[in-house]
Amino acid sequence: MTAYPLVVADSATMLRRNLRRMRRYPSLTVFIAGFPVVFLLLFVYVFGGTLGAGLGPSGGGRAEYLAYVVPGILLITVAGAAQGTAISVAMDKNEGIFARFRTMDIARASVLGGHVVGSVIQSMLALAIVTVVAVLIGFRSTTGPVAWTAAAGLLVLTAFAVSWLSVALGMAAQSVETASNLPMFLILLPFLSSGFVPTESMPGPLAWFAEHQPFTPLIETVRGLLEGTPIGDDGVIAVGWCVAISLVSYVWARRLYDRDPAA
Amino acid sequence: MNTSTSRIAIKVDGLRKSFGAQVVLDGIDLEVAEGTVFALLGPNGAGKTTMVRILSTLISGDGGEVRIAGHDVAREPDAVRAVIGVTGQFSAVDGLFTGEENLRLMADLRHLGKSAGRKRVDELLERFDLVDAAGKPVATYSGGMRRRLDLAMTLIGDPRIIFLDEPTAGLDPRSRRAMWQTIGELVADGVTIFLTTQYLEEADRLAHRIGVLDGGRLVAEGTPNELKRLIPGGHIQLSFAGAAELDRAARAFGGASRDDEALTLQIPSDGGVGSLRAVLDRLETGAIEVDELSFQTPDLDDVFLSLTAAPDDRKVTVR
Repeated sequence: MTAYPLVVADSATMLRRNLRRMRRYPSLTVFIAGFPVVFLLLFVYVFGGTLGAGLGPSGGGRAEYLAYVVPGILLITVAGAAQGTAISVAMDKNEGIFARFRTMDIARASVLGGHVVGSVIQSMLALAIVTVVAVLIGFRSTTGPVAWTAAAGLLVLTAFAVSWLSVALGMAAQSVETASNLPMFLILLPFLSSGFVPTESMPGPLAWFAEHQPFTPLIETVRGLLEGTPIGDDGVIAVGWCVAISLVSYVWARRLYDRDPAA
Repeated sequence: MNTSTSRIAIKVDGLRKSFGAQVVLDGIDLEVAEGTVFALLGPNGAGKTTMVRILSTLISGDGGEVRIAGHDVAREPDAVRAVIGVTGQFSAVDGLFTGEENLRLMADLRHLGKSAGRKRVDELLERFDLVDAAGKPVATYSGGMRRRLDLAMTLIGDPRIIFLDEPTAGLDPRSRRAMWQTIGELVADGVTIFLTTQYLEEADRLAHRIGVLDGGRLVAEGTPNELKRLIPGGHIQLSFAGAAELDRAARAFGGASRDDEALTLQIPSDGGVGSLRAVLDRLETGAIEVDELSFQTPDLDDVFLSLTAAPDDRKVTVR
């Protein structure tokens, strides 16, 4: 059988389609990169002075807060891309484009896979823009190229997991409006983590939640890789979350895709 | 391959489908010979689209067997997908892309290769009169252009069996005629077509065989002529000034049905001039005074009512 090359060929076709759609509809990519940039500027220049002073016993200022908040902003960039992915998947589903693909002899994994890879590429573009802005306003990493590569790798892995999750959410949504609202929790979650303030400063139950949700180990690992803070077992937990979310979302999305669209 | 199966493009045996408690298809049997057009006629909600969805591998039936070009849709869906094309209300074109990009995408997914794909796309743009619009986003297309592009996308892979779900719904008369002509050309090339429609005229014009679907059952199936014989024709309606005239007229026309309240008599008619002349002759012979005379031709509703109400009582008049 020639199943393997067909999967590759069909996935490449689907990816080209999604990249072309992104170019045709650039405001979405601009929005996806734009909103974390706005958050970055807001948190550093509006809240940064006060929040920086509250960091640790030694205290600090705006510069210390910039260093603290960048990993959180990078993760919120990845989380924010989910909305665009869920919207475009829901559009394909509701407009009947998936129905057409499903009656064709094409590798089924390629249709959703094309969305995921396209979404990861979109996240990478947004991350690059956010990183450039962070560096421009004074962010400096204290580690080296090996750690940077590892951080980039973890962000790609996170984008992969978030993309599968948003594809599943887009498939599950009954309308495009729902698809645009469902992933909102992904944008809220980084706020309830160690991304913007240390979890110790939160009240008991919230601190417990913040410490045990996926974004905290992800942010702590990126922080460690960019600024040399201790990572501990956060790295393993972060990768574990990404693998688990990817797997569960993949199975969920495939089941929704194969399911009777009229039900 | 054995010849008896190769001649049958679509074979459906005892197909059933329910959505929850609602039975949509309740034991459908039908056969479509290769190179012919089968029209599935039915009102909204009759299960036409569900039927096409199952036949085109989009959803699975709850019971029964469906074979497309000899392949079981449940067990070999990919083999079925390789020979079919689907154009329908539920299937779509990409509004953000141009017509040419939509076709190119289909060519890539059919693995036509670069030069063969480009050649086929150009051919189809030409054939469907889309050359001028090829570079414009589909979102700007008219309904007729969209439908043409939709069908062109279906034809990229030269499918042997094509499903058309209400191919002319919402089209203006000119676009409808163009679509009919295209369907005729496809059949001339040996393609098998399974279409659904709400228009009796369309089924009559295009189909070799027609199936009438109502309430999840195939209530009638046959050639257009066979079906027309099943369906009570139109009637001539006579209105009278008084009950006495109505009585005399009713005696003169044996098979007619009378309405004493409205003072009308309905005489079965094939709608031809001959039957009208016969009625007028008989009125004149009997010197019967008629207030008003009108022709009633059956519409699709009448056809359904007559087919579902009392199929063994052929004399029953419509409505």
